[in-house]
Amino acid sequence: MTTQVTDERTITLPAATVRPIVTGEDWLRRSLLLLVTGFLLVGVLLPLAPLVVRSLSDQNGQFVGLENYVRYFTSPGLASSFVNSMTVATLTTLLAVGLAFGYAWSITRTCMPAKGFFRAMALLPLFVPPLAIAIGLIYLFGNKGLVTTGFFGFFEQTLGAPLAFNINLYGMNGIILGELLYCFPQAFLILTVAAALADARLYEASMALNASALRTFWTVTLPGMRYGLISAIFVCFTLAFTDFGVPKVVGGNFNVLATDIYKQVIGQQNFVMGATISIVLLAPTVIAFVIDRIAQRRQVAVLTARSVPLRPRPHRVIDTLALIYCALIAAAILIVVGTVVYASLVDVWPYKLNLTLRHFDFRNVGGGGWGAYINSLWMSFYTAVFGVIIIFTGAYIIEKSRTWPGLRHFAYFLSMVSVALPGLVIGLAYIFFFNPKSWTILGVAVSNPFAFLYGTMAILVLSNIVHFYTVSFMTGTTALKQIDGEFESVSASLRVPFYRTFARVTLPLSLPAVAEIAMYLFVNAMVTVSAVIFLYSPQIRLASVAIVNMDDAGDTAAAAAMSVLIIAACLVVRMVYTVIVHHLNLRTQAWRLP
Amino acid sequence: MKHIILILVAALLLVGCTAVQPVNVAQTGAADSEAAATSGEITVYTALEDDQISNYLPLFNEQYPDIKVNIVRDSTGIITARLLAEKDNPQADVVWGLAATSLLVADQQGMLEPYAPAGLDRIRPEFRDPADPPHWVGIDTWFSAFCANTVELEAKGLPIPTSWADLIKPEYKGLIAMPNPASSGTGFLSVSAILQMMGEEEGWAYLDKLHDNIAVYTHSGSKPCRMAGAGEVAIGISFDYRAIKQRDAGEPILPVFPAEGSGWEIEANALVKKENISPAAKTFLDWAIGEDIMRLYAASFPITAAVTDVPIPEGYPEDPIAQLVANDFVTMAGERERILAQWTERYDSKSEPR
Repeated sequence: MTTQVTDERTITLPAATVRPIVTGEDWLRRSLLLLVTGFLLVGVLLPLAPLVVRSLSDQNGQFVGLENYVRYFTSPGLASSFVNSMTVATLTTLLAVGLAFGYAWSITRTCMPAKGFFRAMALLPLFVPPLAIAIGLIYLFGNKGLVTTGFFGFFEQTLGAPLAFNINLYGMNGIILGELLYCFPQAFLILTVAAALADARLYEASMALNASALRTFWTVTLPGMRYGLISAIFVCFTLAFTDFGVPKVVGGNFNVLATDIYKQVIGQQNFVMGATISIVLLAPTVIAFVIDRIAQRRQVAVLTARSVPLRPRPHRVIDTLALIYCALIAAAILIVVGTVVYASLVDVWPYKLNLTLRHFDFRNVGGGGWGAYINSLWMSFYTAVFGVIIIFTGAYIIEKSRTWPGLRHFAYFLSMVSVALPGLVIGLAYIFFFNPKSWTILGVAVSNPFAFLYGTMAILVLSNIVHFYTVSFMTGTTALKQIDGEFESVSASLRVPFYRTFARVTLPLSLPAVAEIAMYLFVNAMVTVSAVIFLYSPQIRLASVAIVNMDDAGDTAAAAAMSVLIIAACLVVRMVYTVIVHHLNLRTQAWRLP
Repeated sequence: MKHIILILVAALLLVGCTAVQPVNVAQTGAADSEAAATSGEITVYTALEDDQISNYLPLFNEQYPDIKVNIVRDSTGIITARLLAEKDNPQADVVWGLAATSLLVADQQGMLEPYAPAGLDRIRPEFRDPADPPHWVGIDTWFSAFCANTVELEAKGLPIPTSWADLIKPEYKGLIAMPNPASSGTGFLSVSAILQMMGEEEGWAYLDKLHDNIAVYTHSGSKPCRMAGAGEVAIGISFDYRAIKQRDAGEPILPVFPAEGSGWEIEANALVKKENISPAAKTFLDWAIGEDIMRLYAASFPITAAVTDVPIPEGYPEDPIAQLVANDFVTMAGERERILAQWTERYDSKSEPR
């Protein structure tokens, strides 16, 4: 997804690849690449080693070869879990990418009003903790849900029509609905960046050739957004395939591979089988990655330095249709989030529906209350700051430098693998990797240089950066692609050091994307549970874990109240982001304005 | 630049040394005296409910103000997984109120340090590990109970079920939630009780019929009761404390203790085996089965490891011990994998939502 520019350039400009002299600057570049690769090794690849070892051992640590895999592939529930996972992932991907494509297209390519509002609405589900989404869905579509009962018979009494629908939430429908809310914002993020990347000259040509709107769409729009589409499909499929938060709560009896891991690890403390299934879960991502790389080889860059940005032109019918479309989706999202807010205010659902603020007093419920909320804010802040530095540097060095292609591809691969790791797997792998004081490698004890991280804020931040690496990395890469590589070529021929080009041109131009990555990391760190629930220390309790604890203890309303606080924090960050980007755009993006 | 780095390194080393020193002092100081330590810092892993902890812990803090207790609380499954995963370098000093079956697994892996807490003689023999000194010591029991939603059952014109036999009546079809025994210890408790009460053959036949009435199998043991409390299902198969608590919170829940008896489990404490066991950990374990705290346990659990004069909490059967079925923990722990495999094959691999 990222190196087609590279490949094209190496083909068209073979001279650029001939570098007889390795300069000090090259070494700086190489050390940056080494640092990023080192981070990914420690954060992603090495922690998987103990999992692989466990998947090849029996419960007592004896090597048993592939026995666990054989046992897993012959276990009775596997076939149905696998088919279910594939079905859910495929349907979610089709729906999420399809809907997000239309939404992103409407926002970037039409002149419909209130784009800023709709952009924020699309991202709203990202701000909602997964458990709160489940609460919202249950209160809407569960057996006592507002929709299922027609607002407790309210419609039937007032309108005379029994407006009540039962969508059979518990099972596949619930999972797909939940995953759709989870994947839609991610697909939207990737696709808006891709949709903004259009060359107006192609559309002019298409118009000059008298092509129909449909033909233009098929031959210009779609191919132009191909990379974004492939990335979005890749991310949505992997997320829906590996997520266990949604199926755990609304999955009912519909088994998927991710809940199978949960059963093995949490239900039966069988780490061996849990590790085996985790490794199996990685397979689709690796296969998708390989296919993707093969497909990318044949592709050429869409955007060059001579591209002219496309300005949407007002069109009454299209703009109105786009507005209606976006309004419907935004309304659906708002209803679910609104239900969460409502859930935090209701006294005893669904029997005493009077409203109260008492659930925001966390003194009588578990989980750490307001202290946990403050910890979560700090953790998310650190994740955003350190994450954006590491991830953007990684994207830059992989995308814009030409040194050590093998290592760059390897680092790129690691950057993409992280999306395939369910949080539960990251959490366990991190315990196995970071907790021991020493590792036994081939019978030799080696002291663990990273053990000091365990039980600290640092390991929480690290696990979050790794957990949300891929989408951030893709955002950074896509933004960097918008900046023509000729800047690098020209700078190089003028003997301007690359870091000066980076500081004077690349970074300022990419600041909106940098802000976007930071915001994405912050909101995800606020809501995530699956990895940190294994890693938080008693001194650092977290709001998202508190939500799970409160819900576990039956305090659903308090859980919803904490979710509302998290949503509020994310909204504030989102507003700060909007203001910053607005100012940045005025200062650094003026070249894009007409 | 080099100087700055040197200074930083020196500063780091210095911080490292000073941070390590107090620990050493504490250890040598403690080794000299045999009396219970009254200071230190310990990490306690527990699956007790949050509201229980905030009720119990102040008692300890009052008695030992200089011992800092760091609590890590989560559901039984998560805490057990965390404890076992940290085997190579245990973070916990003490396990407090965790299912005995979980502790059996930890013990099998050699993670528990035998310790006889002060006052062990008051603990009923069936509530402790028979080894001497014991590897784990119980504090209370919990057992299966139904959460019946009176509003929903009344609306459907159905009687409140009072026994396991009632649950397989056709009128309850699609109205019952039950924890998946492969995900939840509470689920396994009920399944193993049924198999032990009725015998394998009759037990599986019963489970077949029960399966026809189940609306949903959940991944958490408390979830069925919460679903019943919210009217999502009419009946949740869960456990006693949960049913009573939700009723007290104003939900239309009637706790039902099945006539045939309940599956049950002991919650127990243990000392974690590690280098430099903190003496404060032993102080905590002594306290955790002491007379004062046992009375507090008894206020929310009808059966405690040591007999107390506290009356049985409201809502429980008068003779709670008679409610418990005969339960062979060790055999069931050994049979667990086989039972779960059979259960999964029979019920869990059918994916059609009903």
